[in-house]
Amino acid sequence: MASLISFPMFARSVPRAFPTLYVARYLTLCAGLMTGMLPLAHAQNSNSAPTSTSSSASARQTLPDTIAQRVVACTACHGKEGRASSDGFYPRIAGKPEGYLFNQLTNFRDGRRQYPLMTYLLDHLSDAYLHEIANYFSEQHPPYPAPQPSDATPAVLERGRNLVMNGDSSKKVPACIACHGQVLTGVAPAVPGLIGLPRDYINSQFGAWRNGVRKAKAPDCMAQITQKLTLEDINAASSWLAAQAVPEGAVPAPATTVKLPLACGSATE
Amino acid sequence: MKRILLALILLIIAIPAVMVGMQFVDHDDDAPAQSAAPMNPEQQVIRGAYLARAGDCMACHTARGGQPYAGGRAIPTPFGTLYAPNITADKETGLGSWSAKDFWRALHHGKSKDGSFLYPAFPYPNYTKVTREDADALFSYLQTVKPVHQVNQEHALRFPYNYRILLAGWRALYFTPGSYAPESKQSVEWNRGAYLVQGLGHCSACHTTRNAFGATVDKSDLAGGLIPIMNWYAPSLTSDAEAGLGKWEMAHITALLKTGASPRSTVFGPMAEVVSQSLQHLTDSDIQAMAVYLKSLPQNDPPPALDTAQPDKATADRILQTGSKIYEQQCAECHQANGQGIAPAYSPMSGNRSLTMGSAVNPIRMVLNGGFPPSTEGNPRPYGMPPFGQALNDQEVAAVVSYIRNSWENRAGFVSPQEVNRYRSIPLD
Repeated sequence: MASLISFPMFARSVPRAFPTLYVARYLTLCAGLMTGMLPLAHAQNSNSAPTSTSSSASARQTLPDTIAQRVVACTACHGKEGRASSDGFYPRIAGKPEGYLFNQLTNFRDGRRQYPLMTYLLDHLSDAYLHEIANYFSEQHPPYPAPQPSDATPAVLERGRNLVMNGDSSKKVPACIACHGQVLTGVAPAVPGLIGLPRDYINSQFGAWRNGVRKAKAPDCMAQITQKLTLEDINAASSWLAAQAVPEGAVPAPATTVKLPLACGSATE
Repeated sequence: MKRILLALILLIIAIPAVMVGMQFVDHDDDAPAQSAAPMNPEQQVIRGAYLARAGDCMACHTARGGQPYAGGRAIPTPFGTLYAPNITADKETGLGSWSAKDFWRALHHGKSKDGSFLYPAFPYPNYTKVTREDADALFSYLQTVKPVHQVNQEHALRFPYNYRILLAGWRALYFTPGSYAPESKQSVEWNRGAYLVQGLGHCSACHTTRNAFGATVDKSDLAGGLIPIMNWYAPSLTSDAEAGLGKWEMAHITALLKTGASPRSTVFGPMAEVVSQSLQHLTDSDIQAMAVYLKSLPQNDPPPALDTAQPDKATADRILQTGSKIYEQQCAECHQANGQGIAPAYSPMSGNRSLTMGSAVNPIRMVLNGGFPPSTEGNPRPYGMPPFGQALNDQEVAAVVSYIRNSWENRAGFVSPQEVNRYRSIPLD
């Protein structure tokens, strides 16, 4: 006596609303972003060959045949050109390494990361198109906002700095800079930068690794590292990272400069 | 609920024992012999792979990020959750030890290899129309699918639905094995379309309202229905007020089915998956045949509008004013102030029946969650719609959806903030 449903929408995940804490802030923020969100005038033309002529030939109105115009669904939350903002939950995606962005897109699509709205949006997009989207955002370099004012104590910030720069050998935790670049702006092709991100975002990712909600291709190095960190460690590191100003012209370091201290499944992309 | 259970049990007792008993008869004798002139095995596998696309087998039999056809996808129903089984060629956990006859029995009679009844989440009331020849081709293809050793997850159905034996009663009431009988008055093309739509395509599984026992009844075939648990409304294909195709140009129907986008509207929600995984892979001639058949369906009255309280004139005007402002700020850039859109990237709002059906669940959820049509060969880089659930509150979403439903040539019921709120918490994944 079952129904004849053939397109289940997966009962396995708990209904999730947007994080209520941020809704109010975002109402203002996103409304602001959205009014300027459809940059028809300054749409970026990023090597987008007009391949889908069949879909745009009959347009009555001129429609920019650009990737920027295609991804307004992304910039509604992630900000113009993917710049996000300094006080938010939705992270900056602009300027992150292309391989990292592609990995995250497929992680959402294929169930390794859990954020139902992202999964829903990406569900039926091809690898080729996701590569193009990742490439587009990796090439955007809008200015970074000023770092968030930090209310952490100097002792906490120092502990954070020490973890980030030196790691904790007693726990076999490598320094963040060992993988994420000496200046923490990431390493091509797949290691993301850690500065220019809101503290809440960094904390919530550590929470997701702790709970197994955020995964990557095995071996899942960040999940392993997270299991060794205490909440105090995480708070210290995120507080310090979020307080750092991003140097002008920051880009991911080239691929050859870093040898990862541990195996990461997502680094092979 | 208790009462329904009680009624169910009584109902089953009341059914003449013979009808129920018939369900246990073995069908060994009535299976048509394998096709008279067996296909060359290679061709048969290629044909089977194509038919697996037409049947969209992979959609249910593959978990997100899982191995193709290894099963495990949860299928939520009002009766509990079913888990699609492994149908790879694995001998222990898949179909590796099945014969073509076993497979035919599953497709045609809805029975497993051991004779037990299959739950009709596996759409055998549709698949029963598949010919033996096609079933054999499908089977020979599945036997070539890389074996994956993955034990099937037990279904999590509530009492009494967890007793498969009770399906005898359900089958006596709602299931008759049968084959597709071509209509001699119709063209070969029409019959091909009907065979695909009614059989492998199992369109009625979503586009027909289910009764309290999860059965689709012929009378309402393709007349639309809310898909339980998933909460998307699959529109009527037999009503001009919904998704009836009688007045559509053939080229628009085929574009929608094959590429996911058309000048009239774009697929979204569960239909995006159907286009992505199934329809885009079908030949132009099969898509054309399905379109011919769908366009020919008799056009009936739309399902009755939902009886929701409508605001008085003054309130309505105020809501429309708010909605108009939001539309201008958030929607008009793409969908245009005149509601004409920039098709096919941005669907027209004016005259778009997806927006004006009795149930407003689809437009509400589209505004809340946005979406991308599927990447298809004909539309590989689709334009996306942003989610607005984070930017607009329930009143604002209700106002803009009410505005869209009552502007230009559209006339439909207003939407309440409570209704919007209800659909915020529907799982998307």
